[in-house]
Amino acid sequence: MTAPATNSPSGTLVFEDFAPGHYGTFGPRHVSREEIVAFAAEFDPQPMHLDEEAAKHSMLGGLSGSGWHLGSLTMRMMFDAFLHRAASLGSPGVETLRWMAPLRPGDDITLDLDVLDCRASRSRPEMGFVKLKARVSNAAGTTLLELVSPLMIKRRSAAAAEG
Amino acid sequence: MRFFEDLQVGTRSDLGSFTFTADNIKVFARQFDPQAFHLDEEAGRASPFGGLAASGWHVGSVCMRMLVDQARREAEEARRRGEEIAAWGPSPGFRDLKWLKPVLAGDTIHFASEVVSLRESASRPEWGILEARNTGTNQRGELVYSMVASAFVPRRKRA
Repeated sequence: MTAPATNSPSGTLVFEDFAPGHYGTFGPRHVSREEIVAFAAEFDPQPMHLDEEAAKHSMLGGLSGSGWHLGSLTMRMMFDAFLHRAASLGSPGVETLRWMAPLRPGDDITLDLDVLDCRASRSRPEMGFVKLKARVSNAAGTTLLELVSPLMIKRRSAAAAEG
Repeated sequence: MRFFEDLQVGTRSDLGSFTFTADNIKVFARQFDPQAFHLDEEAGRASPFGGLAASGWHVGSVCMRMLVDQARREAEEARRRGEEIAAWGPSPGFRDLKWLKPVLAGDTIHFASEVVSLRESASRPEWGILEARNTGTNQRGELVYSMVASAFVPRRKRA
């Protein structure tokens, strides 16, 4: 686990604190069977996410977490990694997301973040886009998910103006 | 649910509507995306969203639920007609997901899905791969959510 540095006096991460390259490795986060079933019951009630017996006969060959659960957990791990202390303005979307292997009950998942590029916004001078690649893997090192998403982060001048 | 052979590019399904409330927005955000503008009305108003806004992952997860409910309805109709039910496979992923406008507490989002491409799977001859554009539109008719998802769809067994 690494702790990204900030040069801001306030300790808040701003656009200028990010640079292309490996950003850090975070976790592990344990994922229980109960969580998997609870998420699936609310948002993705397919048999392969709810019931071991039905899941055995699915393409994934056993109970697995919803891809949206894994995506949402990735979001939470990004929050815990750095977003909780960043001057975040949200995100316009996700360019690509690949579900590469199933999330299993009891998995301990790790998040790897790379900054792909940093670009000041032309239309909104108070912010810039930090494009991240997130890779989530299990304890065996198998990649479960990969996504690329730009985040909108305040520039130092805008963050400072607000105190 | 339908088989690969029954689908056509351009086929559109209306999936129904979901109302995002302050309660369900905060419950999701506490677990998965506890940024202040997803948890607190005041922080939401002070943000560029202009109000308590749902996490984008919440919007996507609700769309997933609407797709699953639609698939169940189609399976039920096929069962009633005495037809074989197509069991869809997992999704390899999605692309071009756009959170175009904030979804604020009180917004009702109508979701829809339209087939944009169909191809045979090279490695799995019993499956086809579908791409569908899934969208969410608010009560003012504004597109708030759009993405292109892939899924494995079973092919009919050849006689």
